[in-house]
Amino acid sequence: MAVDIKIPALGESITSGIIAAWHVKEGDFVEKDQVIFELETDKITSEGLAESAGKISLKAEEGDEVEIGQVVAVIDDSAAAPAASGKTEEKAEVSKEEAKAEPAPAKTDKATPDETQSPAVRRLAAETGIDPAKVDGSGKGGRVTKGDMLAAGEKPAAAPAPSASTPAAPATAPASDEGRTSRKKLTPLRKKIAERLVAATNEAALLTTFNEVDMSAVMNLRKQHQEKFVERYGVKLGFMSFFVKAVVNALQAVPDLNTQLDGDYVIQNHFYDIGVAVGSDKGLMVPVVRDCDEKNFATIEQDIIGYAKAARSGKIKLEDISGGVFTISNGGIYGSMLSTPLLNMPQTGILGLHNITERAVVINGEIVARPMMYLALSYDHRVVDGKGAVTFLVKVKEAIEDPTKLLFGV
Amino acid sequence: MADYDLLVIGSGPGGYVAAIRGAQLGMKTALVEKDSHLGGTCLNVGCIPSKALLHSTEIYHFLHERGDAHGIKVGKLTSDIPALMKRKDGVVDQLRNGVTSLIKARKIDVLKGIGSFQGEGKVNVEGAEGGKTVTATNIIIATGSVPVELPFMKFDGDVIVSSTEGIAFDKIPKKLVVVGGGAIGLELGSVWSRLGSEVTIVEMLPQIAGAVDKDVSKLAERLFKKQGMKFELGAKVTGVVKEGKKSFLTAEKNGKELKFEADKILVAVGRKPTTAGLHADKGGIELDEKGRVKIDSHFRTSAKGVYAIGDVVSGPMLAHKAEEEGVACVELIAGKGGHVNYDVIPNVVYTEPEIASVGIGEDLAKEQDIEVNVGKFPLIANGRAIATDATDGFVKVIADKKTDKLLGVQIIAKGASELIAAAVTHMEYGGSAEDLGRTIHAHPTMAESMKEAGLSVSKTAIHSM
Repeated sequence: MAVDIKIPALGESITSGIIAAWHVKEGDFVEKDQVIFELETDKITSEGLAESAGKISLKAEEGDEVEIGQVVAVIDDSAAAPAASGKTEEKAEVSKEEAKAEPAPAKTDKATPDETQSPAVRRLAAETGIDPAKVDGSGKGGRVTKGDMLAAGEKPAAAPAPSASTPAAPATAPASDEGRTSRKKLTPLRKKIAERLVAATNEAALLTTFNEVDMSAVMNLRKQHQEKFVERYGVKLGFMSFFVKAVVNALQAVPDLNTQLDGDYVIQNHFYDIGVAVGSDKGLMVPVVRDCDEKNFATIEQDIIGYAKAARSGKIKLEDISGGVFTISNGGIYGSMLSTPLLNMPQTGILGLHNITERAVVINGEIVARPMMYLALSYDHRVVDGKGAVTFLVKVKEAIEDPTKLLFGV
Repeated sequence: MADYDLLVIGSGPGGYVAAIRGAQLGMKTALVEKDSHLGGTCLNVGCIPSKALLHSTEIYHFLHERGDAHGIKVGKLTSDIPALMKRKDGVVDQLRNGVTSLIKARKIDVLKGIGSFQGEGKVNVEGAEGGKTVTATNIIIATGSVPVELPFMKFDGDVIVSSTEGIAFDKIPKKLVVVGGGAIGLELGSVWSRLGSEVTIVEMLPQIAGAVDKDVSKLAERLFKKQGMKFELGAKVTGVVKEGKKSFLTAEKNGKELKFEADKILVAVGRKPTTAGLHADKGGIELDEKGRVKIDSHFRTSAKGVYAIGDVVSGPMLAHKAEEEGVACVELIAGKGGHVNYDVIPNVVYTEPEIASVGIGEDLAKEQDIEVNVGKFPLIANGRAIATDATDGFVKVIADKKTDKLLGVQIIAKGASELIAAAVTHMEYGGSAEDLGRTIHAHPTMAESMKEAGLSVSKTAIHSM
């Protein structure tokens, strides 16, 4: 019997991913629960396991974009396991022969180009790496033409190869530049991030409002309770828990920022799952701290620390990063003074935190030095009006400057 | 309720194909035909009989000219016109029977007579045995076209004739003057020239073979001259004069009077839509300034439920264009998505060599400021052409400079009519010159020159420089 290997559901906002690598070859015999492929989504990398033992035939290629539920491989579990020899090479040999002997194995296209594309399109696909499946076809029935591929490559109209015997060198790269630049293909993850950022820029009516906040009160509270806090909860009392709580408080006051736009509808969220951006060598990730309105400072800090560790070791799961309603991004840890954060679509708001520096401020007619931070709130002006956005940011500022407000929800 | 779901007036390639498609789609269908046989001009007095004559005379001419070189000795080669005509008639008969049995098998009623409109949804069919009025929900006008007559030299059925007589002379005219250097004139001129007529083609335009590129037309002219035909281009025909028993065609060129003695004068200056007898006005059907039935993009005329296709509407007067329109029209009536791609209608002149073209040519591209790359491959570099003794000609591919998309192909070659099909297919799917060049063609074939011309667009042809 053939067992379909499908892309598992990974979280509500995840609809597709990219096969980053196959760990098995066409026709290999796989063991149950053996890792057979690596799946990269725009946020995390996960692994696909064999659901049963048998001979595998691959239905997708490395680099293919696959959708949740798509069949990427079929395992024929009626195929006999090869004689245990221990050596994978021999294993492969055996299963190859089996494939030959079988009358009609679940045949699939190997790593050959899509033969339904025209020969010129196939050549361009091989030479440029542009996947014709991702190019809008202008030909009959949406077929991709050579012209479509050339346009997708945004190359100058150097249609056919020149007749001259000299190999064609890119006109923009003079020989002397050798070594001064190098080309690296975008990873699927980076490409996806890029797409998402461009989507946010193109789709949303992005606007940013700024304010500044005096961090004295929070700093004092931290100093005052740090020791006992660490002793009791095992984590440090950081700034982030204050901001998460302040954001929840502000969201409750300005629900417009707890929405997402869906066509002609605005979806109002009645929960407070806050995404907290953390850096990793794979790119920025935004794990989501759930139900922050019900959590105390300690639980929030523990959640964030847990996520940060997971991110660094690449262990963040897809469900950890999906479903947030609002995002907090802290550029301050890298020293940023002021920035305009980009929305994490389809959310309608993102709060940018920055570095804390002592600045001269006037309080009660006197110039005093205070630890100050600039705040930036980027929002989707299609659903959030200016008044709401500014009110929200002021609410955050007030709660940070006087955390007792959080206590009373004022 | 109407007598028929679909009534088609005219049983040429447009009409009978439309009727068959209608019957396939479950419509109760009738076909009106004024002639005794189905098939229209194309089958009875056009494409088909002329191709029969062209094939027979080509063999005759080839043996005459090249038999010795090929080591074929046939003694004194003579032609037998009655036998030639008999074979031609046999070909036509076989196809008439074919169409008739197809129509019968589809249970399509054939109404013999002239169809004329009697008001909305009503057509009177006036036949030999009297008239009869039938009603139909949908009516397709597919009445085709007839040869254009020059007002100052009307057809007389004897000396001044149309193509209908031109395919059926009972003996070889000693001197044949053809007015018109288009497909019909060149084809029938070739037929009689090969059989020994002294053929002169008088054309008003500066080039023959219609709207093909100059290099194609020039080569054709040179080759036809070699075969014995004479050409008088840029000459305006002025009339026919009789001197005793002899007839002369007169023409004017650059202010000078020309005079050509002729046993037969074949007028092939074009065709005009057949609307006489239709009573289009009674049906509320508008015609355009050229006498063609006016239609919209869905073949609808100005009258409700009345459609028109083929030669009687605008566009090239070609059987295959009419057929496609017939199918598309009926499919649209049935609520389906019929469509005709007017950009890729091939056009063929069935001379030797044949001239086939599709899409836009190099000259037209230049005229319209379309930037193109052109690839040309001469048959003299094609193995099969040499083996076949058919090295006259070339294949020319016109591709968009930026996208390499095939915009047109022009072929002058033996069998060009068959070669062009591959180009049409590539173009239908938006293919590029490179696609043509990267498609495997059997070796050795004339068709390889298509592939090579495709490669030649990017200067990568293997067998030419």
